[in-house]
Amino acid sequence: MAQGALERPAARAGTPRRRLIPERLLSPLILAPSLIALFIFVYGFIGLTFWVSLSNWRTPKRDLSLIEPLWETYRRLFTTTRFQIDIRNTIVFTVFFLIGSVGVGLLLAIALDQSIPARGLIRNIFLFPYALSFVVTGVAWRWIFNPDSGITLLLDHLGINWLLGKVGLGPLHVDWLISPRILGDIPMPDAVKAQIGIPVAMIPVIIAAVWQLSGFAMAMYLAGLGTISHDIREAAALDGASLYRTYKDIVIPLLKPITISVMIILGHISLKIFDLVFAMSGKGPGFATDVPGIFVFEQTFGANKYNLGAAASIVMLALIAIVIVPYLARSLREVER
Amino acid sequence: MNASLTPVQARPSRRFGFRRVFLFLVLAVAILFYLMPMYVMVVSGLKDAADVSIDQMWNLPTSFTAGGFAEAWRQLSPNLAQSFLLVIPATIISSLIGAINGYLFSKWRFRGSEVLFALVLFGMFIPYQSILIPLIQFLDRIGLYGSLPGLIVVHVIYGIPITTLIFRNYFANIPYEIVEAARIDGAGLWQIFRQVMLPLSLPAFVVVGIFQFTNIWNEFLFGLTVITNPRQQPVTVALNNLSGSFSVSWNVVMAGAVIAALPTLVIYVLLGRFFIQGMLAGSMKG
Repeated sequence: MAQGALERPAARAGTPRRRLIPERLLSPLILAPSLIALFIFVYGFIGLTFWVSLSNWRTPKRDLSLIEPLWETYRRLFTTTRFQIDIRNTIVFTVFFLIGSVGVGLLLAIALDQSIPARGLIRNIFLFPYALSFVVTGVAWRWIFNPDSGITLLLDHLGINWLLGKVGLGPLHVDWLISPRILGDIPMPDAVKAQIGIPVAMIPVIIAAVWQLSGFAMAMYLAGLGTISHDIREAAALDGASLYRTYKDIVIPLLKPITISVMIILGHISLKIFDLVFAMSGKGPGFATDVPGIFVFEQTFGANKYNLGAAASIVMLALIAIVIVPYLARSLREVER
Repeated sequence: MNASLTPVQARPSRRFGFRRVFLFLVLAVAILFYLMPMYVMVVSGLKDAADVSIDQMWNLPTSFTAGGFAEAWRQLSPNLAQSFLLVIPATIISSLIGAINGYLFSKWRFRGSEVLFALVLFGMFIPYQSILIPLIQFLDRIGLYGSLPGLIVVHVIYGIPITTLIFRNYFANIPYEIVEAARIDGAGLWQIFRQVMLPLSLPAFVVVGIFQFTNIWNEFLFGLTVITNPRQQPVTVALNNLSGSFSVSWNVVMAGAVIAALPTLVIYVLLGRFFIQGMLAGSMKG
């Protein structure tokens, strides 16, 4: 775990022998075709999308002339209520999904770090959702959060609703997925037209995402726990530290680099989340579960507003770049030092 | 990596105290939570149309039938075949490219190769929405839009960063002395790859192969936008269409979800160890 992604290979190539093509040129030459293709598909296409976002193309007919004023589409994007809602939803989703996945992942990793029977099997149970498609997850959890069935019915069966009735709270009818309610209303300047709070319909989507990806966090933490030497923990135990204190003061701080990695990987997934929401709830009542990924898809392929869709996708890219570029740059610097 | 997943005990537990009970309680609740959706999918899928009423959701099926599976299979099998036709070539080609690139980036570095590598890696983090419009225009121009070969090309190219990364880290752990010895024997760059590196790289191929198979099988956005004919779309897209259609009952949708999930689940069960390695390698281990 200590090695960065760009860790330095053992040594450098020695002096090349004389050949038809000098060997030091051979390496970039062989890399060239696949990397040129990749760079066109990544950077070239991002450039073109950016151009589209500045263009007049908002009908099925392609029009790549630049719009006047140049940033008009971006201005329109940020003043659109729906896109403001999307940004709110992305932030809410990202924050709670990260807290949930990292928290549950760490808890499960620590639980599996104890001596328990069938440890491997239990670990695999926690991890298997990671092998599934977001679409499968979305379809299954949509059924589980069906308001007339699913969780509501389970609460009835388990007698929890009966219990809630007894204490005078009334049975819980879990209709969250179809609820347009927003919890809270943080005051905002007039430019913000979206109500800033937590959309109730987002809660089931967050639970489904945590179900799918907390196992990933757990596996990362388990790999990290394996690298923390036995001796450190024994020393702590000998010093009379309780299990709780050993974890809190010694183990969890040592796992900090893993926490950062997990947050970056899961954070960038949540910033571009699309499939799960698309399959589970779509844009939701009053855009309660709408996210930029769905916005881009609908503007581009539904409404033919190519410039608006492109602008929203560039905003998505920028959000992700803020998270990823420093991460890549840090790895690169570590190599060059 | 596997070794690092074995337990390291903080302290052997001496008694079945409160802590032990609490631990098992946490694990039991977690196991139920993680298995619950699987239970719902399989049990709902096994119910037949008469049995699928909404207030019976958590009950076991009352009779032993194929339930929704027959209908789900009828609807999804063409797309299942498409998914296999997509995933197998795309996985093989992107793994081979990744092996060559990873070898060069680890053992034949040149001025600027690390910066180039970082630029390659960025490609695996981008939201694919941000390249979709030019991509579709380009595929249309070269006559591959709407076709399976077009989708294969897309997955091969966007698979290059992750396959290159995993192979590069794998080859970086092979001592440079092996390359040096081969060079002294007169082997060139290409010969060293074919005769020395490739035979050593079977584990990396398994890891990358499983990882790419799972990724491409589970992918949704490209399948939805690059292929327009619903009969030819991958199974994830077909499952979403099935679930969105009001004329299809829940037992069929859940059976469909099980069918769409089965190939990657089988791989996970049979080759879980390699799957975990790929997942950890793919996460770039910061």
